Amino acid sequence: MKRLIGLYIFGLTGIALGALFPDNYYVSVVGSTAFFHIILAIALNLFMGYAGQISLGHAAFFGIGAYSSAFFTTNYGLNPYIALIIGLCITFFLASCLARPILSLKGHYLAMATLGLGIIVHIFLVQEEGITGGPDGMSNIPVLSILGFPLDSDIKWYFFLLAITCGAILISLNIGASRMGRALKAIHGSEIAAECLGIDTATVKAQIFVLSALITSFVGSLFAHQQAFISPDSCSFFFSIELVTMVVLGGLGSTFGAVFGALILTLLPEVLVHFEELEVIIYGAILMAIMIFLPKGVFVSLCEAVNRRL
Amino acid sequence: MIGEELIQFLISGLTIGSIYALVGLGFSLIYNASDVVNFAQGEFVMIGAMSAIFLHAWGLPYFLAIVFAVIISMLVGMALEKLAIERARNATVVTTIIITIGASIFLRGAALLIWGKEIYGFPPISGEDPIKLGNITILPQSLYVISGTFLFVFLLRFFFQKTIIGKAILACSYNKKAAYLMGIEVKRMLLLAYGISALLGGIAGVLIAPITYMTYGSGVMLGLKGFCASILGGMGNSMGAVIGGLLLGAVESLGAGLISSGYKDAISFFIILIVLFFRPTGLFGKRGLERV
Repeated sequence: MKRLIGLYIFGLTGIALGALFPDNYYVSVVGSTAFFHIILAIALNLFMGYAGQISLGHAAFFGIGAYSSAFFTTNYGLNPYIALIIGLCITFFLASCLARPILSLKGHYLAMATLGLGIIVHIFLVQEEGITGGPDGMSNIPVLSILGFPLDSDIKWYFFLLAITCGAILISLNIGASRMGRALKAIHGSEIAAECLGIDTATVKAQIFVLSALITSFVGSLFAHQQAFISPDSCSFFFSIELVTMVVLGGLGSTFGAVFGALILTLLPEVLVHFEELEVIIYGAILMAIMIFLPKGVFVSLCEAVNRRL
Repeated sequence: MIGEELIQFLISGLTIGSIYALVGLGFSLIYNASDVVNFAQGEFVMIGAMSAIFLHAWGLPYFLAIVFAVIISMLVGMALEKLAIERARNATVVTTIIITIGASIFLRGAALLIWGKEIYGFPPISGEDPIKLGNITILPQSLYVISGTFLFVFLLRFFFQKTIIGKAILACSYNKKAAYLMGIEVKRMLLLAYGISALLGGIAGVLIAPITYMTYGSGVMLGLKGFCASILGGMGNSMGAVIGGLLLGAVESLGAGLISSGYKDAISFFIILIVLFFRPTGLFGKRGLERV
C-alpha cells in the first residue's frame, strides 16, 4: 500500500483534473503531451537511473515506433495495432542486436555510441523520402480506436494516456522493487562488484535497454496517432537530449523524479513562450541553475529535504 | 580520373577535418583538466565566427576582428568555467553533461538575441580564386585552415611540454591533489584550460567561417563532430583527437563524394560505432581499469 501511494495520488489528481476541466487547453492538450513525456522519461529512467547507463539516442526508438505506425497504416492500410506491433518488432530487433556491443562501452564512449545511433536513425528518416516523406514527414495518420471506441478528442486521449502512464509508473515501481531492480542498482553502484555477486551484468543491462527501447517505441506509435502527423523533428538529437534532461532534472533513479522532470520540461516551454526571443536563453539558464544547485535533481533533493525535517 | 577525384575529396576532407581536430583538441583539453565533457564546445566555434563577422562588419580591420573574436570566445569559455563548472565540482558525469548542454542552449539563445536567425558569410583571408593544380582545385582558405591547425597544434604541444604554466595544467590533469600540494593553483589552471579550449574553438570558428556560412545554430554539429574526433582518438588523448578529427573529415568527405552527400554525417557516425565496437576506448585510448 505505502509503496504505491504516489501512484494513487498521481492517478487521482489526473482523474480529478480531467473531470473538472475537460475543455481547458492546459489540461487536455498540455496534459496529454505531459503524459507522453512522463512515460518516455520513466522508460529512460529504467536504463539511466536504475542501471546507471547513459543514452543520448532514445529518440531513435521513438522515431521507429512513430514512423512504423505512420507508414504501415497510411501506405498499406494496416490495422493500427498491427502497425504498432511491427514497430515494436523492429525496435526489439534493433535494440537486441545493438545491446551487447553498445552496452560493453562505458561512460562517455557509451554516450557517443547512443548519440551516433540516434543521429543515424534521424538522418535515415530525413533522407529516405520514398518511405518516410523526408523532412516534411507523414500526415493523415488514422485515428486510433480502443474496442470500437475512437479516440477522436483531446480529452479522450487525456484519459487513455493517463491510464497508460499509471501502468508505466506501476511497472517501473515494480521493477525497482524486484530482483532485477536490485541487480540493476548493484550494476549502478559498481559493475565489477555486481559481477562478483553473481549478476550476469551484460544480460541484465541488455534486458533493461531493450525494455526501455520497447516502451519508447510504443509511446512513439501512440504519439503518431494522437498527432495524426509525424516529422523527423519529433525524433531529433534535441529530443533525445530533452528526455535525458527530464530524467536528470527530476532525479536519476527515482520513478517520480522522472515524472516530476517530465512535468517541468513540458510546462516550462508553455510558460517561456510568452518571453518570445528570450525563450531559449532562459531555458538554458534554468537548466544550468537547477543542475548546479540541485545536482541530484529537483524531486530527489526535495524528498531529502522533507525527510530531514521529519 | 578517379584518382584526381579522390585527392580532391581528401583535400576538402582534411580542411573540415582540421576544424574537427581543433574542436576535438578543445574537448580533450577540458576533459583532462576537469573530467568534464563540454557539450558547449561547438558554441565557442560559433561565437568566434559570429563575433569576427560582426566586428569586421562594424569596420574593424580583418585581422583585428579575428583577434578580438578569438579573445571573446576565450572569455566566454572562462566565464563558463567560473560561473558553472567550478560551482558543480562534485557533480556526476551525467549532471555535468546536462550543465554543459544547458550552457550550450544558453549561449545559442544569447547568440540568437544578439545576431538573429540570419545566415552570414565572412571573406577569406586572401583571394577567392581557387588554385588549380591540373584538374584539382584548392581554395586558398583551405590551405590557411590546414596550416593554421597544424601551427596551433604544435604551439599547444610546445606550451604543454616546455612552459611552466603548461606543465602545471598537465600536472592538474594527472592528479589535482598532488598538484595542489606542489603549490600549483589548481583553480586558476582549470580556468586557463577552459580559456585555451575556447580559444581553440574560436580559432576554428574564424578559420572555417569563410568556407561554410554561419548562423547562431552552426555550433551544434561542429561540436558533436569535435566530440566524435576526441572519442575516435580516445578521450583525453590530445594527439589522438587531432588524428581522429583529420580521419573523420577524410571519411566524411569520401563518403559524401563516393556514396551520398545526404548521408555524410550518418557515415561518420557509423564508422565511429564500428570503431567503438572493436576498440571500446577509441583508437589510441588507454584501457581503463575499474576500481571497486
